[in-house]
Amino acid sequence: MGGHSNWPEWIYVGVVVAIMCWVGAEAWEAERLVEHVPEGAEIIKVTGQQWFWTFEHEDGTKEIGELHVEKGKAYKFEIHSTDVNHSFNIHDYVVLMDAIPGRVNTVWFAPTDVGEHDIQCREYCGLIHYNMRGTLIVEEPHS
Amino acid sequence: MVLELQKPRPIWQIMFSTHHTDVGLLYLIMSLGFLFLGGALALAIRAELFLPGAQIIGDAMTFNRIFTVHGTTLIFLFIIPFASAVGNYFVPIMVRYKDMAYPKLNAIAFWMIPPSGALIWLGFADFTWYATPPYSIISAPGPAADMWIFGLKILGVSSVLGAINFVVTILKCKHPDMSIGQVPLLAWSFLSSSLIILVAIPTFAAALLMLLTDRLGVTGFFNPAMGGDPIAYAHLFWFTFHPEVYVLVIPAIGMMYEIIPRFSRKPIYSFNSGIFAFVLLSIVGFSSWAHHMYATGMSFTEKTVFMVGTLAAVPASAMHVYNFIATMWNGRIKFATPMMWAVGGIALFFSAGAGGVANAAMPLDFTTHDTYWVVGHFHLFVMGTIAFGSIGYLYYMYPYVTGRMYNEAMGKIHFILSFIGTILVFFTQHVLGLYGMPRRIFDYPPIPEWIAMNQIASIGAMIIGVSMVIFLVNMIYSAGKGEPANPEDPFGVGGKYYYPFEAKNPSH
Ligand code: HEM
Ligand SMILES: [Cu+2]
Ligand SMILES: [Cu+2]
Repeated sequence: MGGHSNWPEWIYVGVVVAIMCWVGAEAWEAERLVEHVPEGAEIIKVTGQQWFWTFEHEDGTKEIGELHVEKGKAYKFEIHSTDVNHSFNIHDYVVLMDAIPGRVNTVWFAPTDVGEHDIQCREYCGLIHYNMRGTLIVEEPHS
Repeated sequence: MVLELQKPRPIWQIMFSTHHTDVGLLYLIMSLGFLFLGGALALAIRAELFLPGAQIIGDAMTFNRIFTVHGTTLIFLFIIPFASAVGNYFVPIMVRYKDMAYPKLNAIAFWMIPPSGALIWLGFADFTWYATPPYSIISAPGPAADMWIFGLKILGVSSVLGAINFVVTILKCKHPDMSIGQVPLLAWSFLSSSLIILVAIPTFAAALLMLLTDRLGVTGFFNPAMGGDPIAYAHLFWFTFHPEVYVLVIPAIGMMYEIIPRFSRKPIYSFNSGIFAFVLLSIVGFSSWAHHMYATGMSFTEKTVFMVGTLAAVPASAMHVYNFIATMWNGRIKFATPMMWAVGGIALFFSAGAGGVANAAMPLDFTTHDTYWVVGHFHLFVMGTIAFGSIGYLYYMYPYVTGRMYNEAMGKIHFILSFIGTILVFFTQHVLGLYGMPRRIFDYPPIPEWIAMNQIASIGAMIIGVSMVIFLVNMIYSAGKGEPANPEDPFGVGGKYYYPFEAKNPSH
């Protein structure tokens, strides 16, 4: 359908492509940094099951529904499920990783402030999915 | 004359007809029926979430069943059959052929849908529209789950049959004087979406069978207790359903390509870039499926690949938006009802795409994934873009189908209320997602921000509900009592419509 020139459309497409490249590059860089687990992060085993969370610390202590951690330390979660898929989520710290039976997924975080945060399940897992909640309690360093 | 409702005919004559306009009418009425059914479920969901605690739905299981059937209904029993209605009416006319290529197959494809609809509604499954294992295998109650699986199975076959018919009609039956480059963009949209269906659907069809045998306990493809892998299902599902979102949206874009130039009284800005963008989208659409799976524990490299694949599809969508705006630019625009819906749909398409880019950027997705953000994101597409384009097109084809005009004032009120409602519901849901509210929850803790946002969303939904009642009244009343339409130029905008008021329906 001739008659008009096409250069504004080319510029427009060029701009969109450029924005996408920028978004992609920034995301790549950020994700690369986020995924780098610090040395010596303490391991916490997280188990999701219909419909509660269990946590096991390195020293063997277990907690259900509540998770106590210390400010300033780095933690690595090893997440799995014993029944159906769940998703372990501490929204305030952008911690999100699926709990899948037959696999162990990992994600890490380092709490920065003393306080309480919600833990929830973000993958549909049946009847009480809506209330598969828990609490993260960040305490002052013990030693 | 081909104006179906103009001349009373016994209903069985339409039901047993294989003529494309009759099959189109069947698709149309059925899809609108499911629009209202599915919409009613949405209102129930929004009423329940207006406040924390149980409101109108007594228990979580019922709630879970309601949102599952809501999503399944609107995607598979409204959006897709509605597009088939439009395609049936217009594609043969646009390629100047007497009917669809295989009329009997066409009727069969239609008649597969009511039984699937019945299976889905009578079963009322609870495992969400993606039936994720192992929940769907070991935990989801039957027979609802099994009925859903069979329903979807039949719908898949129906889609494939319909797609074959469109491809053959367009490529093989078009008038010999017409080159493929002269086929209108609406027909091109059906060609593209049908080709996507043919490549994408078989994967899910296989996954459904595997799911069924897993449920029966004879296999363990996706069941970790039997050595299977649920992630395999996620790949198979999304390999079908990311491309499928383009199957949903491309015909709606095609409908806008019919409406926008007509009411701008200008030819489309660039026909070729429209075709190019359709074809590009159909191909690149296959490179992004695992952007739904960032949080399943994929490696950094996998995530990067699928992020790039997702971002690569954005320029094609952006080209459509450009094409629409450039077409309207300097046009003598007539803001009749269909035009308002199309323009509103384009604005929402743009906002939806922007949210999609945020989902695709991997670190951001860990904030948005499986929260209400995602619900807002895809509803801006399915409601804001696809339903808006479809409803606009329904108003546009209304004089052609009924021989009468709808009430213009009611049409405009319908649009304005729906537009406001859509923004209230789905923009707020993005915010809710940022506050961290997970999707698919029956109840939520009384966090003040969550309550406020949920209430705005629920009020928006009620506004949409009211607008849909106006819509229904307008459609029914005007079909019998509306002003007779001028079949050659019902909207008084001049130019050539694809209204074949001289086309022959053998049973008239
Ligand atoms: C063209 C029309 C589109 C439709 C109909 C659509 C539909 C959907 C649907 C239904 C979902 C949610 C699936 C679910 O979890 O139930 C979704 C998620 C997603 N969409 Fe779209 N989408 C469209 C376009 C886009 C675009 C253009 C982008 C990116 C530029 C995009 C990126 C995403 C991403 C990354 C997700 C995953 C979000 C998550 O679960 O975390 N979508 N989309
Ligand atoms: Cu859950
Ligand atoms: Cu997708």
